Amino acid sequence: MRARRFLPGGWLSAYAFLYIVFLYLPVIFLPIFSINTAPTPKFPLAGYTLKWYEDLPNTPALLDAAWNSLVVGVSASVLATVLGILAARSITRYRYPGRRTINGLIMAPLVLPEVIVAISMLLVMLQLGLSLSLFTVVLGHVLVCIPYSMTVLTSGFEGFDRSLEEASADLGESAFGTFRRVTLPMVAPAIISSLLVCFTISLDEFIIAFFLTGTEATLPIYIWGQLRFASKLPGVLALGTLLLVASFLLMTIAEILRRRAARRTQNEGGLYA
Amino acid sequence: MPEQLQRSMIEIKNVTRSYGAFKALDDASLTIREGEFFSLLGPSGCGKTTLLRMIAGFDNPTSGSIAVGGQPMEGIPANRRPTNMVFQSYAIFPHLNVEQNVAYGLKRLKLQGGEEKRRVEEALAQVSLTGLGKRLATELSGGQRQRVALARALVMRPKVLLLDEPLSALDKKLREQMQVELRRLQQAVGITFVLVTHDQYEALAMSDRIAVMFGGRIAQVASPKEIYQRPVNRQVADFLGGMNFVKAEIVEENGATLVVDTLGFGRVKTDKPKAFVRNGGGATLGIRPERLRVLWDNATAKFEVAGKVVERHYFGEITHLIVEIPGLEKPLSVTETNDFGADDIPVGTSVRLAYDPEALVAMAD
Amino acid sequence: MTAAVEGSPPLRMTRARRNALLQSEPVQGLALISPTFFYALILLVLPILVVIAHSFWTQHYLTIDRTFTLENYRVALTEPIYRDLLWRSLYISLTVSLFTVILAYPIAYFISFHGGRHKSLWLFLITIPFWTSYLLRVMSWKVILGYNGVLNSGLMGLGIIDEPSTALLYNTSAVIITLTHAWAAFAILPIFVSLEKVDRTLVEAATDLGDGPLRSFLRVTLPLSAPGVISAALIVMIPTVGDYVTPKLVGGKDGVMIANAIQAQFGKAANWPLGAALSVTTMLIVTLMAGATVLIIRALQRLAR
Repeated sequence: MRARRFLPGGWLSAYAFLYIVFLYLPVIFLPIFSINTAPTPKFPLAGYTLKWYEDLPNTPALLDAAWNSLVVGVSASVLATVLGILAARSITRYRYPGRRTINGLIMAPLVLPEVIVAISMLLVMLQLGLSLSLFTVVLGHVLVCIPYSMTVLTSGFEGFDRSLEEASADLGESAFGTFRRVTLPMVAPAIISSLLVCFTISLDEFIIAFFLTGTEATLPIYIWGQLRFASKLPGVLALGTLLLVASFLLMTIAEILRRRAARRTQNEGGLYA
Repeated sequence: MPEQLQRSMIEIKNVTRSYGAFKALDDASLTIREGEFFSLLGPSGCGKTTLLRMIAGFDNPTSGSIAVGGQPMEGIPANRRPTNMVFQSYAIFPHLNVEQNVAYGLKRLKLQGGEEKRRVEEALAQVSLTGLGKRLATELSGGQRQRVALARALVMRPKVLLLDEPLSALDKKLREQMQVELRRLQQAVGITFVLVTHDQYEALAMSDRIAVMFGGRIAQVASPKEIYQRPVNRQVADFLGGMNFVKAEIVEENGATLVVDTLGFGRVKTDKPKAFVRNGGGATLGIRPERLRVLWDNATAKFEVAGKVVERHYFGEITHLIVEIPGLEKPLSVTETNDFGADDIPVGTSVRLAYDPEALVAMAD
Repeated sequence: MTAAVEGSPPLRMTRARRNALLQSEPVQGLALISPTFFYALILLVLPILVVIAHSFWTQHYLTIDRTFTLENYRVALTEPIYRDLLWRSLYISLTVSLFTVILAYPIAYFISFHGGRHKSLWLFLITIPFWTSYLLRVMSWKVILGYNGVLNSGLMGLGIIDEPSTALLYNTSAVIITLTHAWAAFAILPIFVSLEKVDRTLVEAATDLGDGPLRSFLRVTLPLSAPGVISAALIVMIPTVGDYVTPKLVGGKDGVMIANAIQAQFGKAANWPLGAALSVTTMLIVTLMAGATVLIIRALQRLAR
């Protein structure tokens, strides 16, 4: 017999629906007002236009910022994923003293106030005489991306039956060959997923970039600068919409890949878990 | 065959594997012969898997040596050993199909012409998987996965095939079917098989010889029949199935025979086990429950004991009777097939039990 | 499998000993994680230690006097402006965590108990907005709550108000609403995970022993999901206390938080030691508050029995 549960599903469904609306509604306003002819975001909408989008490619500062974001995003995601692979592999495969502590330290940026993380790094970089640039932004982004990369990769590596690699060695394959023919194909989706997640985070990250960059702006910093001018709002809304769509697509692909990776490694006969 | 059986394939000499103070394997020595089906039998944690993994090259002895086919294995990694393994989890590569799994090891050999394909087909046929080559690993049943694992290892034509509890994930019926098939397969290919199992029936049914292990030590190495009928100690006797133990006093010990006095069975003269080491004046006499027979009506036997049935347990094809014997501290357990009506003997009946003195085994205390 | 892949030590050792060392789990595991570990050590732990050190020093224009002093902490704790900012930040982060947890619990419960086959789809739906830029989400609240914004123009269009209300934006409530929205997804996940771990037969056992749906929820499900509630509360509370973007964009004068003051010390005001002391104080106080929250939830959990 199935026990009755607290709160009937009907009420909960209604609540869940409202909650989703609450989550999505504010975000939906960005695209809505980005195609509004009036420069102020208010109802009723004045008319439909794409001119704010058409203006975007004609703004050199924005193109620079986009290029900077791309450079930072690619570097940060690659570095964070490499570091994430090493750590996730170590955490999921080996048992050793201090494992939980080290894991906790690596995951800490996830819960620390970003301003404090940013300022601490800023202080050290200035002390070390590093001049602020996109490079320092990359360093900062790698730190905040690693916890996400770890989460994605751990879920891909977990349940990876160690005997698969042993079986490969047993069948005559070398250590490198085993990595290439067994390990890599099995965890590739998780790695790609981690790259996408890290790129998305870096693309959207503001605080750390704000503190650690020199004169070069990333897209969020560019947007921040534009927010002071009410007349620039529609352009910002258009740019924001594009960023939203990019994040949404990247995350959807990342999620699909992560699930595929998790499914793959959950080898049914696996007793290793 | 007999001549071939004489040559040794695996030589394990004084192998110890310790993890800190804990010894997973303690001074184990063993010879496994060419072409035999050999089982390492014991409870979990007895060191049997550790030993198997050291033969495969996944673990190294702390001391001692292992040789396969006359070649010392020290310093040779798993991928260059003439052994192949069937893993407990089967370790079927989930991103490859059946054919690709089986061909995995062959790829490195760069075989000419259609040789690779031919060998894969042959291996699949050996394990009755012909036609399933294109299936994905995830689409296979437990039994089929096990066959793929077997084919993948056999296709490499190893000198030794190692099997790590290969049947433990299967249900009872499939397991029994696979026992027969594995045995048949081994006889067909003639490769030395080393099986690790904790299931005594599996070991008895499939092996040419068995090594029984406890706590990192090898307790006895012998044929299934000898292990079952002539266990060297109570631990081995117990692990291989039920046995009645009777206290005995040693009256005389010489060469190959032992004369003991017991309360229930009187004075008994038995073969002295090879490994018998006297420990004081006492010994234990054991007899398997199925070696005691109920005597019906006025039938008599040369050797018999009398007692009273105190419990009866029905198991379908057999019945277990618990019979109290005057003078014995523990009642005897008797297994009778149900063809003569043992399942109808009422509790409380006085019975006489016949036995063959040959079935009595002496064990050191 | 060969051990040589993990790199070999320079010392010459006997093969057995070298193999044993290289193949020992702790050595391989630690070797593998060390690059990431050192990265976090150098870019997180070291910087935080540097901040702590700065908080005991004094700034003289462009140079820093490294004599030990507690002056910065005296300023941080007693100057009314910083004291008020600290209190307000704590109040906001506490309120936000309370709201997010209360709002998130039913959703997590719904997905866990009624999600059926669509659990992961629901989770995905809920986390997606979180992956979009934080800055953009805060910006959209500015668009909604602004003087010429969505809410005002909408309410006016419906004839509920005659002129735009200024009460919506640039105050503490705007900050609380925005932050609650921003951290919603973060609170759902831990609660969901802990609800998933609640053995369904326990609920059935409680029912079998005579509890109604509400009582079995209060006596079994809720206490068993307390760990999730605790991590949800902490995961929201700690970062929000130091939030910078939201107060800056929608907080106005009344909604300024401690992070804005910290930033000012590293920017215009150029008093690094004071900024450092404010950071350390914030971290310490939020840690205390987090500890208190854990204790309170644990106490409530015991009461529920």
